[in-house]
Amino acid sequence: MPETQEKPVEMIHLTINNIPVTVPKGTKILQAAQQAHIDIPHLCFHEDQRIKAHCRLCSVEVIGRRRLYAACSTECWEGMEVHTDTPIVRSTQVSILQLMLANHNRDCLSCPRNQNCDLQKLCSRFNILRSPLPSIVKIGHRIKTNPSIIRDPSKCIRCGRCIRACKDVQGIAALTYAHRSKDIVVTTAYNKPMEATDCVLCGQCSLACPTGAIVERDATAKVLWAIQSRQKHVICQVAPAVRVALGDAFGKRPGAIATGQMVTALKLLGFDKVFDTNFGADLTIMEEGMEFLDRLKNGGTLPMMTSCCPAWVTFMEKEYGESLAHLSTSKSPMMMFGAVAKTIYPKVAGVSPDDIVTVAIMPCTAKKAEIQQTQMLRDGKQDVDYVLTTRELIKLIKSVGLTFGDLPESDFDSPLGEATGAGAIFGATGGVMEAALRTVYEKATGKTLEKIDFEDVRGMQGIKEATVDLGSRTVHIAVAHTLKNAAKLMKDVESGTSPYDFIEVMACPGGCVGGGGQPIGTTRAVTRERIKAIYEIDKSLPRRKSHSRSAKKRTPCCTRITRLCRRPMSSEIFPNSNEILLSFSHVLSYNEARNLASITECKKERKISDEHQQHPQRVEQLHPHI
Amino acid sequence: MESVKFLTQNFGRYDTSSIGSYMNVGGFSALRKAVTMDGEDIASLIAENNVKGRGGAEYDMGRKWSQARKVHGENKVIICNADEGETTTFKDRELIKNDPFNLIEAMIIAGYVMGATDGYIYMRAEYACYRPLLLNAIRQAKSYGFLGTNILGRGFDFNVHLYSGAGAYVCGEGTALIRSIEGKAGRPRMKPPFIKVSGLFARPTCLNNVESLSLVPHLLLDEEKIYQRYGTENSVGTKMISVAGNVEKPGVFEIPFGTKIRDIIAMAGGVQGGRRIQLIQTGGASGKVQAGTDEVLDTPYTYEDLQSINLTVGSGGVLVVDERTSVIDFLRMNQEFFSEECCGQCTPCREGNVHIAMFLEKLKNGTITEEELALMGSIAEVMSRSSLCGLGETAQNSLLAASRVFPEVFVAGGADHA
Repeated sequence: MPETQEKPVEMIHLTINNIPVTVPKGTKILQAAQQAHIDIPHLCFHEDQRIKAHCRLCSVEVIGRRRLYAACSTECWEGMEVHTDTPIVRSTQVSILQLMLANHNRDCLSCPRNQNCDLQKLCSRFNILRSPLPSIVKIGHRIKTNPSIIRDPSKCIRCGRCIRACKDVQGIAALTYAHRSKDIVVTTAYNKPMEATDCVLCGQCSLACPTGAIVERDATAKVLWAIQSRQKHVICQVAPAVRVALGDAFGKRPGAIATGQMVTALKLLGFDKVFDTNFGADLTIMEEGMEFLDRLKNGGTLPMMTSCCPAWVTFMEKEYGESLAHLSTSKSPMMMFGAVAKTIYPKVAGVSPDDIVTVAIMPCTAKKAEIQQTQMLRDGKQDVDYVLTTRELIKLIKSVGLTFGDLPESDFDSPLGEATGAGAIFGATGGVMEAALRTVYEKATGKTLEKIDFEDVRGMQGIKEATVDLGSRTVHIAVAHTLKNAAKLMKDVESGTSPYDFIEVMACPGGCVGGGGQPIGTTRAVTRERIKAIYEIDKSLPRRKSHSRSAKKRTPCCTRITRLCRRPMSSEIFPNSNEILLSFSHVLSYNEARNLASITECKKERKISDEHQQHPQRVEQLHPHI
Repeated sequence: MESVKFLTQNFGRYDTSSIGSYMNVGGFSALRKAVTMDGEDIASLIAENNVKGRGGAEYDMGRKWSQARKVHGENKVIICNADEGETTTFKDRELIKNDPFNLIEAMIIAGYVMGATDGYIYMRAEYACYRPLLLNAIRQAKSYGFLGTNILGRGFDFNVHLYSGAGAYVCGEGTALIRSIEGKAGRPRMKPPFIKVSGLFARPTCLNNVESLSLVPHLLLDEEKIYQRYGTENSVGTKMISVAGNVEKPGVFEIPFGTKIRDIIAMAGGVQGGRRIQLIQTGGASGKVQAGTDEVLDTPYTYEDLQSINLTVGSGGVLVVDERTSVIDFLRMNQEFFSEECCGQCTPCREGNVHIAMFLEKLKNGTITEEELALMGSIAEVMSRSSLCGLGETAQNSLLAASRVFPEVFVAGGADHA
């Protein structure tokens, strides 16, 4: 076989601050400088986004050229002599920062991004001790029309990162520039509230924003109030993607698994019980997997599409209303968990359902809206009371002064904290599909699945496909992450020509590990590390199939659970076959129920006296921004 | 001094609504000649005549064509920049109005040289009244087989489209212009990719000013090398200039390079009421300024001589401001223009324009401090060296030039600047 001759990459030789650097042709100055261990300041540049060259903060001097060059957008050329710290460069960068500051609402001390703001960091780096320019910022109301995302235009530096995230990652373009010159703003079409546009509240814009212009709607104060009120029994569930991201904020390497310390921190925060959303994920697999088999057997609407991701479901509702029948009727793992926590759990725990407060810790801003959707309410009440994003949890942990890195590890509480590896991988793109296949295969064929890892559906490729032989028939599956990729699949689904039987969609890049509620600094590279960690967790667990859970007995509440797990949007409750009833028998066996009751007996005595009990109204007064 | 007729030689000689009339005065013979030539030779001919782009950037046009024709790619595009947004600049309007067929012919020649399939004329929104004229010219050229497929039997296909934006100054900038034609907001983008590689609809694009293009047919037919007899060694030929401001008869003149500024003003009837000239700005709002001294007035209008007194040819606009307008009022007016026309994407230009406008107000009111004066200068410098596009780079040209020419105006506190 003749060897294919690869064209050798042309190498470019240049100097940066007199340091010789050799880079492949096409490399930009910003990346070349990293080789010389120089971090050229930048704001609009984002490693996952296309280059904008708007902020001009990365301007550098090139010997022999009159004007400065933007390091982010200028390709290196042979013999180029770059200087990144001459008086001209420095004074330009300081001037640009001062110009930004003059048009920036500098209430940093009470900003949600305080100490986590790129602009703040750069001002510190350049030792901006004073701003000689008069402030010209227009301070208006913060835009808080939806439960997920708050915008504060007075903090916006018009870098365009949110616009690119919305348009290039999600393909939605809910945010855009409007007007020009000094009036240019980042806004929605016709200045509508975000939720009234095509926005699905995925929060990728809040992740991309370098300042406090787009942030999640903070629920920490409400959660703290609930925790501290004596009569409330506050339980939390933690999504699989949180444990591999939380460590980032506490100096751990990206993708570090911090499950044990996270659980300890949550217990120390005062949650009465710390449970695992993976439990809900296992329920989802049972529901969704069985639904898929039923659709296959009885000629239901195919391809079936997953319904775990609220941003994706909203996307379907907003863009593909005609195709809603393709969506699985299962609730998301969080909502399934919430339903169990508000109905069955109170009985076995001996707590009044009215006293239960359920908190979900999610990598997601869309979840904040999902819990309030009318179709998710039962008797007008929420199954999940509050959603905290990973970012908010970090704030809570910091606020109580826990030294996270030194915390001992502890386990989730039983039994709603027990889950399989199939639940764990929900946090990564392809995870739901793989988890479903593990169960569907065995249920359909009656055989034991030997090769449990479905490598085809793993990884960061935009759209992944695979075929699985279920004996009676081969099913074609596809996995998409980001709504831009989902839209590609939807073209065929809409026209009825989709070659697939089962499609998983996650709105955020990489799945929930790259979610819009994850710590600031979540990039694709970081997301990849988290995905690896997710599969490590899966491998380490003794049970890796959702249907292989411990308990064996059938319980009378099974039917109820199935009803609880269904999205009310489907007109009919999914027919409960015996098989499904059986498959649910593990959920709350009598043994487990007894176990649960015994756990709740040792509910810890609170030290807060009645006089100091805060009234809910007081919380609103104390935290008007909530 | 008299104005000359090289580029304007067809003006008034034919009925601009009739292609037959144009052909009677020799129309399309340049195209017939061009298609017998090699494209590279045409580019060389332009280079030989040392033609610099007439839009304002003054880039060597022969070189531009030579580079553009070597770019590989399908469906290449020629764009004629008829945005003419620079203040005091209206010479392209005269070329469109008086010689529309010559422009179409020039575009076809450019298309032939570049191997392009489409030509776009991006005409500023304010010239809407000339749309019917150009559309008619395009239609007639098509019916005579000068546009369409297999032009002049040479197996060469080319079409011309007319497009108008919404009237933004920044759309004269190449990348913003392209975005505007594409139906996007007219805001410049960073380069690379350069438009010659990936321009309109991501196709290789060659962008030329109306005047630059219009020159090509005349040069092709200029066998006696009349063009080269005009001008100086470094500034060959003639130039269309538009004189505006406080002159008796503002207008467009074709002058040989080397005409003294004093004579240019005389062509426009002299300064109104014979007043003293406060300042002169060449090249439109983005141009620099000079005082109306004898030294300046005696400077020949060439690329090199203007440069020696820190002025530029730029778009060909010449603004004469007499003593009734103070330097500060002039700068404020100029600044108002840029504050309005900046696209708002890049920080230095967006924020810088706001602050400089405020500082100029203070300068006018006599309340500016030494520190603020220094800040105004440094922001202007930052804008010119670090902005995203040419607009931000040149917006403060007049302020920076004025601060050198009229230092007495830039003083803190209650200076007297009548």
